[in-house]
Amino acid sequence: MILSNMWKGLTGALMALAMFFAANAVMAASHAKKLKVAFVYVGPVGDHGWTYQHHQAMKAVKAKFGDKVETTHVENVSEGPDAERVIQQLAQKGNDLIFTTSFGFMNPTLKVAKRFPKVKFEHATGFKRAANVSTYNTRFYEGRYVAGVAAGKLTKTNTIGYIASFPIPEVVMGINASYLGAKSVNPDVKIKVIWVSTWFDPGKEAAAAKALVDQGADILFQHTDSPAAMKLAEQKGILALGQASDMKAFGPNAQYTSLVNDWSGYSISRVQAVMDGTWKSTNTWGGLKDGMLTMPKWSAKVPADVAKLADEVKAKIIAGTFHPFTGPLKKQDGSVALKDGEVIDDGALSGMNYYVEGVDGSLPK
Amino acid sequence: MDLLVNIMLGIIIAATPLVFAAIGELIVEKSGVLNLGVEGMMIVGALAGFAATIELGSFWAGIAAAALAGALMALLFAVLTQSLLANQVATGLALTMFGLGLAALLGQRYSGKSAPEVSKLHIPGLSELPIVGPILFGHDAMVYLAVALVAVTAWFLKNTRQGLVIRAIGENHDAAHAIGHPVILYRYVALMFGGACAGLGGAYLSLVQTPFWVENMTAGRGWIALALVVFSAWRPWWAFMGAYLFGGITIIQLHGQGMGLDIEPQLLAMLPYIATIIVLVLISSDRTKARLNAPANLGQTFFKSS
Repeated sequence: MILSNMWKGLTGALMALAMFFAANAVMAASHAKKLKVAFVYVGPVGDHGWTYQHHQAMKAVKAKFGDKVETTHVENVSEGPDAERVIQQLAQKGNDLIFTTSFGFMNPTLKVAKRFPKVKFEHATGFKRAANVSTYNTRFYEGRYVAGVAAGKLTKTNTIGYIASFPIPEVVMGINASYLGAKSVNPDVKIKVIWVSTWFDPGKEAAAAKALVDQGADILFQHTDSPAAMKLAEQKGILALGQASDMKAFGPNAQYTSLVNDWSGYSISRVQAVMDGTWKSTNTWGGLKDGMLTMPKWSAKVPADVAKLADEVKAKIIAGTFHPFTGPLKKQDGSVALKDGEVIDDGALSGMNYYVEGVDGSLPK
Repeated sequence: MDLLVNIMLGIIIAATPLVFAAIGELIVEKSGVLNLGVEGMMIVGALAGFAATIELGSFWAGIAAAALAGALMALLFAVLTQSLLANQVATGLALTMFGLGLAALLGQRYSGKSAPEVSKLHIPGLSELPIVGPILFGHDAMVYLAVALVAVTAWFLKNTRQGLVIRAIGENHDAAHAIGHPVILYRYVALMFGGACAGLGGAYLSLVQTPFWVENMTAGRGWIALALVVFSAWRPWWAFMGAYLFGGITIIQLHGQGMGLDIEPQLLAMLPYIATIIVLVLISSDRTKARLNAPANLGQTFFKSS
């Protein structure tokens, strides 16, 4: 009797043990199939701007692939040595695909990529690639040109205020495109640029916005990440262009339209490519046509004729019949940038380091 | 002239949160404690002030909540460093990281909301004076509270018995203890006052400067406040002037750019930090240390031996 009980207990224990191992094996197998995808952000996901939109892309990847992916994200990674440490750590932890979503992560990404040839990297807004590093970006300047056309008509003081972060080509071409758009419909328009030397500092961005309004700007553009300028525009009763995300919550009356980055489609396609084994190092630069940049409906503050004018320009850009940087175009110093009828090529555009003629102030080095 | 007034207004708005945070940390350091958690206490204050204003519908409830939240953060620091004798530098850094994370977590439901506008002071007659009126008599109450706080702190440290004891504790806690002063108690109070001030500075950001809540909105101002305390050589009015100098440089360079002046923004952004480094270098040479009146026991753990 005792013996048989012992025997029963033993078999029970053995079975439990066997089941435990079996379950472990199954879990390990399903674990191996999961693709590990990581995102590195420069700001907080709650910035309602740049990082928020990248986080939306991560959520879209999760929603699309469900159990087949495991996603991680790291917020508030400063552009510098810290970035390299974070990216390295993510690669060491066995991530298969790592999205690094700020310009300043370019060199750290390439350094880590060299050490982890099997890991694939996607760097947003950079221009250096490697066998396992792709780059992707949005043609923000297209939207800025269209917004500029409307702003040129909407401004009463003929002054557009522009809050800029760092003098890198992406920001410089945005200033130029906004100005050219506005000037195409209003030859008297001026653009005032203030560099705040940061991507995210609500207090400083608000101070810059206030300085611009004090100096006569009645429409604000920004190339920084917080909604501070939009909020100030709302308080002052003027208009502003939303940046990176829909900022309507901060400026229900101020936001006349917004430039919304939509990275979801791209991120999903890249995850799919890794799963299919078709991933290659590529350079993607999508714009209004590809849906990587979208603009919400014009607000009620934009009269129908202005909206129509801007929409026509937008349609031409989408159709590919018009490029915002078409000659004749002179640089600020008077030298020729583009000859009559010449359209800028992507190489020259992505290295743009000059103001076009008509923009005031000097470009910081 | 309008522009001049506007520049002055901008400077006052930029300087006020720094004044709050710096004056609080100044008292703390005068008592011999180094709390590097100013940034963390500020951001928690920013969130608490914003949340309470939204929930209770009152600006002053928000201000009270911010001071309380900052003081609670400081209490945590006080328990760890004064009662449990943890290292002050490490605990302060941890407090900053903890505060940033905590505020981000709790603040999720407040992002995207806006605080109601704060009413500005209006004195009939005085506020309408040209130039002087808007610069001196047209602000929200917090601006005046900040100035008053500096005045009271300066007077308190110099002219009251308790102020003298705080300074004595900061200079030599063993001696102060030997003649019967409750070192730990004084430091608890100083720390919580400092935390409340940092909380007020944070609330000024989220309620007046940019009336919304967004993660990380302090963007390093806590560190600037710490630098200002050193820059001022632990003198309240110097800290006040330092904050206005810092705000002034920031705002003037922004306006200068808008007017097309050719100054490198990066250079101006460095200035306050360079000034701090110079002061630090001066302090580290022993001969001038006494003159710059750094508390001799700053950052040292007090252990009650008898």
